Amino acid sequence: MRTEIRIAGFGGQGIIRSGLILSMAACIYGDKNAVQTQSYGPESRGGSCKSEVVIADEEIDFPLVDEPDVVVIMSQEAYHTYINTAKENASILVDSEMVTERADPPNTKIFNVPATKTAKELGKAIIANVVMLGALVSLTNLVTFEAMKEAILRNIPKGTENLNMKAFEKGYDFGKKLLKKKNVPAN
Amino acid sequence: MQKNRAVLQGTHFLSGDLACAEGALAAGCEFFGGYPITPATEIAERMAKRLPEIGGVYLQMEDEIASIAAVIGASFAGKKAMTATSGPGFSLMQENIGLAVMTEAPLVIVNIMRGGPSTGQPTMPSQQDVMQARWGSHGDYEIIALAPSSVQEMFDLTIESFNLAETYRVPVMLLADATIGHMWERVKIPPQEEIPLSWRKKPEVAPAKYKPFKPDENLVPPMACFGEGYRFHATGLTHNEEGAPATVSSEAQDRLVRRLCNKIRRNTKEIMKIEEIMLDDAEIVVLAYGITSRAALSAVRMVRKEGIKAGLLRLVTIWPFPTELVTQIAKKSRAIVVPEMNCGQLVREVERAAKTTPVLLLSKLGEEPHRPSEISSALRKAIK
Amino acid sequence: MKKSNILQNHPFAKYLRQDRMPHIWCAGCGNGILINSFINALDELSIDLDKVVVVSGIGCIGRAAGYINVDSFHTTHGRAIAFATGVKLANPELKVVVISGDGDLFAIGGNHFIHAARRNVDIKVICANNFTYGMTGGQYSPTTPLESWTTTTPYGSIEHPFNLVHLAAASGAIYVARWTTLQVRRLKNSIKKSLQKEGFSFIEVISPCPTIYDRYNKLGTATDVMRLFKQISQVQHGYDPSKAVITKNQIMVGEFMDIEKPSYGRLLREMTIRVQEKLKGEESK
Repeated sequence: MRTEIRIAGFGGQGIIRSGLILSMAACIYGDKNAVQTQSYGPESRGGSCKSEVVIADEEIDFPLVDEPDVVVIMSQEAYHTYINTAKENASILVDSEMVTERADPPNTKIFNVPATKTAKELGKAIIANVVMLGALVSLTNLVTFEAMKEAILRNIPKGTENLNMKAFEKGYDFGKKLLKKKNVPAN
Repeated sequence: MQKNRAVLQGTHFLSGDLACAEGALAAGCEFFGGYPITPATEIAERMAKRLPEIGGVYLQMEDEIASIAAVIGASFAGKKAMTATSGPGFSLMQENIGLAVMTEAPLVIVNIMRGGPSTGQPTMPSQQDVMQARWGSHGDYEIIALAPSSVQEMFDLTIESFNLAETYRVPVMLLADATIGHMWERVKIPPQEEIPLSWRKKPEVAPAKYKPFKPDENLVPPMACFGEGYRFHATGLTHNEEGAPATVSSEAQDRLVRRLCNKIRRNTKEIMKIEEIMLDDAEIVVLAYGITSRAALSAVRMVRKEGIKAGLLRLVTIWPFPTELVTQIAKKSRAIVVPEMNCGQLVREVERAAKTTPVLLLSKLGEEPHRPSEISSALRKAIK
Repeated sequence: MKKSNILQNHPFAKYLRQDRMPHIWCAGCGNGILINSFINALDELSIDLDKVVVVSGIGCIGRAAGYINVDSFHTTHGRAIAFATGVKLANPELKVVVISGDGDLFAIGGNHFIHAARRNVDIKVICANNFTYGMTGGQYSPTTPLESWTTTTPYGSIEHPFNLVHLAAASGAIYVARWTTLQVRRLKNSIKKSLQKEGFSFIEVISPCPTIYDRYNKLGTATDVMRLFKQISQVQHGYDPSKAVITKNQIMVGEFMDIEKPSYGRLLREMTIRVQEKLKGEESK
């Protein structure tokens, strides 16, 4: 099975890094194949920014995202640009603090994750992406908890392990709760 | 100890640019001369970090002209050497690519192709330098160019490029594009002893008897390097086997230039790498290279499910072009579809080889490589 | 005596590729004196000729690489220094010498010159400055004096020339000297000195071009030009290179710069050792 994921936000939110961590969780710490592509250049230093991942059980022929099955949105601008680009029934994770103007499309599974808010509560807004990755694991089952955890640890500065793991677990638990509340199974 | 550091063993998640740098190191590259340019800069950055670890030299020159000149110098000083660039830098290198051809300097030139002409689209992919790779320097010559289609191949084919460069004493080009350069995938790096490496053939005669441009049977001259006591001379001028300028001799010009061409032409079969996928019963064929071949494979699979007998001929080596093979395949096919991220470059070679079989160009410019759906539609149309 | 015998019996026979003779240079050209001084310097220093590399660019003096019997390379126009930089850094035990002309080194190759000097790459650049492009028939070069006549300045040159020693010193060379082909002993001594120093050195050799430049500018025969060199050369060691200009009435010659500064190769080796020591430490943990 092939799953396409688009992660979008603005430069400095760790968008590209999130795509890399997800891909590594899938193909280095998990047993799937993965490809990551990204927007590049000035865009990743402040402007809008996106990272795209294809995860598949089989070899991946076409490496780019066509119509995503999963979208992670971390900014208002990304919301406007990408909210209507997903497949029908796609899972869309929205950072509810960053996106206030909403016009959620029908036939999608919208999950509001307070990633930035949670990260701030933990003391560092910059780890909002890790909260989001936690929620992504419980909401989509694309990769296992363990694989994601290893991939995160591999990609963060030394000395920040505890903080990042807290953020990851918070996100993961929040996703679980959301599923229970909505009573929908994970993809 | 040092050798092991050169080969980053194990399974890694790397971008195409990083995999290329690691491939170079695994191939024994000890010298990088370059100039920052999007989207090839990450190769330089990785080499700047890694080369000192193995006692090699990273050199950032004042421009791409100087970069390739230094690389030719390092090659003659006995090192495996490379440079990496993109369109504008590739243009600047052209004159000295001719020098490398003429003096038979083994080296590798990586071109992460971006949109041109001129400054064009620095972060966007293209396949617009395919003909420049073949014909960019003045004069007659043959060149070897490889087109990777995955991050794993950025690693593998960089090694292959060095091996071909060393075997035939030629500059070898690795033609990738911005998408592959910046794309991240898993790369499996084998243990060092499982990576086959080629090294330039050394002279077996005493220095007094050494003729630096006297070829062996495969048309490649054994190569002495500076400081080894052979005291040879090399020049970009037309020269005889002793390396002495022969600027007005028709015989010398004919003999040298033909040999430089023939050492690649006559060894095409050994050099050529292609992939034939589902071609046995194919009525319609996609001929693709580089990143485009991945969408092509998806498209072939798609239309096969609909009962269309399609196949893929993927060129890993694009120069020398496998004319005979394409002629044979064309004979059995109703049409050949050629997706290219340019206005039609390699398609000219395909047309030449396909003779009477129709060849359809699927040209695309701009942000993204062909989508599988674009190629599958072309296949459906072509079969009608 | 036959030509071959004269060559073989010459005390410097081993320094020249005899099969490449006769050379292409005109009678009275200063290139022979430059090569002679270079060979004398090698001889007096007893340098291992297997470890010397001569690199040249394009132009009359560009053929020097082909005549001197050491490893040698004749590059494309202007690229000798860039090529030589690659050679030296790839194999630091080699003595790398660039012998080329004013057009090659300072017009088409000017950028490489200033950057190699800035990096202080351990290469020795010897420039035959004859104020013109001789090989192509006498066009103006970056050193052609104002008002001089060349085939492309038929109304007299209106371009200000480079002061090469000033350029070299300002760019970071550790040794800078200028001589005319008249001061052969001093030129040889300068070459010797530069070969013994570690870093970027530059020696400008003012050289006659009797066939083209000197004739166009009515400077007389080769001997007349040597006489002129004698009349107007003024030896001033340590003179401020920015003021060491060349005029109709004066050629300031001498050693203008002789300093010590770590070479690029040295800094590279030191950095490499630091990197490897650190890695070893990490690996042994």
